[in-house]
Amino acid sequence: MTEIQPLVVVEGLKKYFSVSSGLVFKQKAGFVRAVDGISFSIAKGETLGLVGESGCGKTTAGRTILNLYPPTAGKITIDNQELNSNGKPDLKEFRRKTAMIFQDPYASLNPRWTVSAIVSEPLRVHKLFKSEKERTERVNHLLNLVGLSSRLINRFPHEFSGGQRQRIGVARALASDPLFIVCDEPISALDVSIQAQVVNLLEDLQDQFGLTYLFIAHDLSMVRHICDRVAVMYLGVIVELAERNELYENPLHPYTQALLSAVPIPDPQRDRARRRIILSGDVPSPINPPSGCRFHPRCPIGKERCKLEIHEWREISSGHWVACHAVTNP
Amino acid sequence: MINTTTPLLQVEDLRTRFHIPEGTVFAVNGISFTINEGETLAVVGESGCGKSVTMLSILGLIPIPPGEIVSGKAIFRAKDLIKLPESEFEHLRGDELAMVFQDPMTSLNPVLTIGKQITETLRTHLGINQEEAEKRAVELLDRVGIPEAASRLGNYPHQFSGGMRQRVMIAIALSCDPSLLIADEPTTALDVTIQAQIVELVLHLRELLHMTIIWITHDLGVVAGMADRVIVMYAGFIVEEALVDDLYDNPRHPYTLALLAALPRVDRRRDRRLNSIPGAPPNLLVEPKWCPFAPRCTYVIDRCWIENPSLELIAPAHKIACWVDVSLTLDGSRS
Repeated sequence: MTEIQPLVVVEGLKKYFSVSSGLVFKQKAGFVRAVDGISFSIAKGETLGLVGESGCGKTTAGRTILNLYPPTAGKITIDNQELNSNGKPDLKEFRRKTAMIFQDPYASLNPRWTVSAIVSEPLRVHKLFKSEKERTERVNHLLNLVGLSSRLINRFPHEFSGGQRQRIGVARALASDPLFIVCDEPISALDVSIQAQVVNLLEDLQDQFGLTYLFIAHDLSMVRHICDRVAVMYLGVIVELAERNELYENPLHPYTQALLSAVPIPDPQRDRARRRIILSGDVPSPINPPSGCRFHPRCPIGKERCKLEIHEWREISSGHWVACHAVTNP
Repeated sequence: MINTTTPLLQVEDLRTRFHIPEGTVFAVNGISFTINEGETLAVVGESGCGKSVTMLSILGLIPIPPGEIVSGKAIFRAKDLIKLPESEFEHLRGDELAMVFQDPMTSLNPVLTIGKQITETLRTHLGINQEEAEKRAVELLDRVGIPEAASRLGNYPHQFSGGMRQRVMIAIALSCDPSLLIADEPTTALDVTIQAQIVELVLHLRELLHMTIIWITHDLGVVAGMADRVIVMYAGFIVEEALVDDLYDNPRHPYTLALLAALPRVDRRRDRRLNSIPGAPPNLLVEPKWCPFAPRCTYVIDRCWIENPSLELIAPAHKIACWVDVSLTLDGSRS
């Protein structure tokens, strides 16, 4: 990667949710450390993949970056505009530059609103049109961009299939001319034959408008296809980050290795021949994460040291970052 | 793999419909297949293709009405399951036929302990007392890899993780050593590392118990390494059936071809855009009179709009329902 000014910079981002116990007299019982200090940057026009299993904090990270949840700590800078935890300077302008595409196209569109109302909501909020005619023109244009006919403008969400609904969600995300879009599992609720349509659409729009994506997903095959660089999360922290082919061909962290080995390959000979690393147990609770390296209770190569010390986040080779004691410098 | 003895289950011309206020849903439209003893058969297709309805019809679990099994036979050990009275079915389900569902949270009763749910099955089917049933339950939980099984009998489903709940479901399904296990998307709700654990467990149990398995999934990846034979379904029809290596190396139905081309690969560098399949699956409220894939097919010819092709043998153990021989089309695409 050449040294260009990154569009999105996330530094030491933390998001804790408090957990209370007791029915009547609520007491703070602790925190869910959903995101516990993550840092990365995304260049303009780049797609960064954020992968991990359910509960690893990837969705919370995406939402916190867009300030849908106020961060507990850390710094987020988008297009040189900083948004920190103790103040919200011009949140509205920040919101105009960003957008989100949600996982569930059934839950993320208001069933009582027409397509026109849904897609033009960001235009209304940010006062981006002067006349009704301009608004309609803009909505028509957005629908055409995502491959929907502008004749459908007065229909309701229930009249559309899952793939079409996700296209409406994409049109809404594009409405305010954002620079940066967080795609939170945008295809995982869709059938295989429809997934490719939406992925190709997202790629076309990126080429056309120079969009920057944070692509949150658990489908590691799709992430390899669509992302330029990939970050792997486990229990609120990033354990490895690298350019996509480097990460998939030379995974260094034992969790990344296990994760990649578990992805099924639609090729019988290859799938039977390869060695799977089967991890024991489940992901521990983020309320009481394990001491030291959070992966140590399940790690196949964990040592005594991993129980005590928190790994350092270091660059092993150019652009390949990892947090693990067992990985040796080349 | 393939043996010439009578199959364990033989399904013939099964048609299942649902009568709903909007009209009739043509869910399963005349499908026939067999599964041999000891075989693992994968049934692959997208949502609404009829894969689950097929299995529920065979197991007598279709609510009638709104459902209706218009025609069909499902011969299992010389008995036609479609015509079997419910009283006989109750013995067969659990004893001989077992099913594991997609969502382990909704298929376990949240207000009963795991121990209660397992021992109930055991006492009903094996006629043993509570003490023996509890002993057997511990063995079963142990067999599916649940640590400290004895102490977990008193736990409720919410105290287990998703992967552990699916293990409990498998333990219950296998409690009476069934000869046929039908697994309906058993790993779809799980993370990949947990999915790998469950697949590993099922493969281990398959060896141990000499089980015959029908594995229903939408994921062409999961079954590649474990199935012997694969059936691909679309809009209530079987469109292709082949031995697993054949299906992936030499897919012959345009839908299977398109589906495989739409999948990115974790083990390969990106070399092109994904081939997307245009359009969406057909409306099942319309009675299918022509090939249901025709509107989305790149190889479509005039005949596809007039007649629906039946499933025909085109090579040993390889059947497709298509008028076009895609292997003759050199380029592979006409667009």
